[in-house]
Amino acid sequence: MAFVELDNVSLRYGEQDGTLALDGASLRIERGEFAAVVGPSGCGKSSLMKLVTGLHPPSEGAVRVADSEVTGPLKCVGMAFQNPSLLPWRDTLANTMLPLEIVEPHRTQLRGKREEYKAKASKLLATVGLAGFESKQPWMLSGGMQQRASLCRALIHSPDLLMLDEPFGALDAFTREELWGVLQDLWIERKFTCVLVTHDLREAAYLADVIFVMSARPGRVVAAHRVDMPRPRRLDTTYQQKFVDLVHTIRDEIAQVRAEGQRATMKIAKVA
Amino acid sequence: MKLRRESRANLERAMPWFVIIGLIGVWQVVVTGFGIKPFILPAPSAVYEAFMEHRGPIMHNALFTLTNTLIGFGIGIVVGLALGMMIGSSRLAYKGLYPLLIGINSVPKAAVVPILVVWLGIGQPPAIATAFLLCFFPIAVNVATGLSTVEPELQDVLRSLGASKLDILRKVGLPRSLPYFFASLKVAITLAFVGAVISETLASDDGIGYMMLQASSQFRVPLMFAGLFVIAAMGIATYIVFALLEGRMTGWATRGQQAPMTGGG
Repeated sequence: MAFVELDNVSLRYGEQDGTLALDGASLRIERGEFAAVVGPSGCGKSSLMKLVTGLHPPSEGAVRVADSEVTGPLKCVGMAFQNPSLLPWRDTLANTMLPLEIVEPHRTQLRGKREEYKAKASKLLATVGLAGFESKQPWMLSGGMQQRASLCRALIHSPDLLMLDEPFGALDAFTREELWGVLQDLWIERKFTCVLVTHDLREAAYLADVIFVMSARPGRVVAAHRVDMPRPRRLDTTYQQKFVDLVHTIRDEIAQVRAEGQRATMKIAKVA
Repeated sequence: MKLRRESRANLERAMPWFVIIGLIGVWQVVVTGFGIKPFILPAPSAVYEAFMEHRGPIMHNALFTLTNTLIGFGIGIVVGLALGMMIGSSRLAYKGLYPLLIGINSVPKAAVVPILVVWLGIGQPPAIATAFLLCFFPIAVNVATGLSTVEPELQDVLRSLGASKLDILRKVGLPRSLPYFFASLKVAITLAFVGAVISETLASDDGIGYMMLQASSQFRVPLMFAGLFVIAAMGIATYIVFALLEGRMTGWATRGQQAPMTGGG
């Protein structure tokens, strides 16, 4: 059984006349797999995140995670967004430890084993290169460092599922490529199931085991690509012919679904 | 360079005093220079004399006003916080309560005092009630605003960890709205003074407001001004207390420009 499974899922915001964000999307992600979702802008990638985590119920179809149907917000999921959204009144360490104050069993154990948990959080911060920044306030960190802290916050409670919504979208190219490496190392070490929503095709190909390509709105999954490059991948990997070919193939697919989407919109405009 | 920055900080600290002392000096010069009669505008020196002469009763009345103000303000904080949390965290409560609150806040409180007198008698009870009525609204509105500024992404992060509504309120909502809350306290405490004095002027035989009315009926203008000064001083003093408290509790929201920025990726 797949760990995350979407079976012919549609999502409409609002009532009958609301926007149709997803229309019959299906995908399967195995346990411990790193999946990327790419597509033209506005294809419902973020809606997919809300569906999988149970923050929004599907209008049609079924969403299953860990063999059970998703009916409400999942517990124990890690999430990170383009905006690091750290809490400005907490230092970096306390920000990282936020999930521990909510997720059981850590929540009840936190009071007794605070030092132990602090050490654990410091260690995690060190693995992303934030050693020594524990007591800094978020606004004292650069954008890339805030995003590292946000990743740590998403992983501190060792979630089975990590959801990333364009986490590196607002960063400069050098920092972004550096953080790909950081994320890959974390994944190789911990083997959580990861869903990465991105518009950066190189990012998707660098990080993912499987890439799902979505159509223009309303979104469907139109293709799935296995990335069978050896791990750990390095930046050199991204210049190999195989990698470049894969990125080109996906780019062509997206160009095609974008064109179809635009034709469809124009047709609607003509009829109207 | 460092020395200059220090003297600049000292100047900033001394500025309020310069302004107040300068204003009083100009006032003194104008009144004596133009020979303005004391029953129209008394000179600061005359006001000071009146204050020293009657300082016993003035302090007694001031304490009465201060007590009413602080009790009304305390109730205002409790009610304002509760209302603000309701409005800020529930859309239904917002839709239902907001028009009513606007309505209540639009009524001139001086017009409500006679009703309060019928219900509560004269003296302390209507003064406390008026102080409360004037000060709960800004607190409620600010707390509600603070709660509604919580980023949706952060709510998603917490909800997907299994956080309850109460968890989100405690961990994010309330800390996020603390700066708004303290900002509103500084406005609310001065409004509470206004409320207490209005009520004392209309229906009391104690307090600064009552004293001012008495002094007015006897044309003792310097005493009236002494009363005004005492109210202003109490207002500033309580304001400073809450400004200090705000600085301690919500320093993260008003971080200075001098904070070091650490670079790097």
